[in-house]
Amino acid sequence: MASPGESVTIVFLGPLAERAGTQRRLVSAPLDWSGLLGALEPALAEEVAGARVHVACSGKVLGDKTALDARAGDEIALLPPVSGG
Amino acid sequence: MRDIRLLQDPFVPGALVGPFTHANPGLGGVCTFVGEVRGDENVQALELTHYEPLTLPGMHDLADRAFDRFDLMGLLMVHRIGRMHPGEPIVCVSAAARHRRDAIDAVDFCMDHLKGAAWFWKREMRGGEWHWIEPREADYEDLARW
Repeated sequence: MASPGESVTIVFLGPLAERAGTQRRLVSAPLDWSGLLGALEPALAEEVAGARVHVACSGKVLGDKTALDARAGDEIALLPPVSGG
Repeated sequence: MRDIRLLQDPFVPGALVGPFTHANPGLGGVCTFVGEVRGDENVQALELTHYEPLTLPGMHDLADRAFDRFDLMGLLMVHRIGRMHPGEPIVCVSAAARHRRDAIDAVDFCMDHLKGAAWFWKREMRGGEWHWIEPREADYEDLARW
């Protein structure tokens, strides 16, 4: 596993944490969109690639998640749809 | 007066709304909405997860938009996170304004956005098992009103 200084942290929110079996995971930096999908289990990658899941990097929600460009120390959040009422 | 908070522990809405009202001298009206954990469908507990870097900043953005859109003197927006039980308050939004329509509409606006667009994920325990709550079509329709 990568050490925090040279890695990117992936944070799984809501039901995605259950499916990932963890709330956070460290992966090697840098990490782009295909790297992110490659770091996830196939079913999870498919869900993250779908229109319902948003991606944030360093506290900003990406308008185009496929433009992800995470560097060492960055935190990526995978955000499933919020629950509503 | 602007007071935007996430709370980990149970709270008493009146204890917040009283001081908030007094902090806005000269107001013409205060409108308050309190949401509680519903006691239906054998719900034993509700748990709200949030994401620190986005959830509270998102509530501040929402407050900015409410101040831009309505003629407000003050806005209180408090949301629980963590585990709670039926009858416990989850959310309290209170708006103070010179005129009632701004206060009422600002609360309605904030509640629709907190429900449909704020970064919270909820799961409830029924029959001893956790179930994630999925978004409903009605939540998107509520948002589309604005």
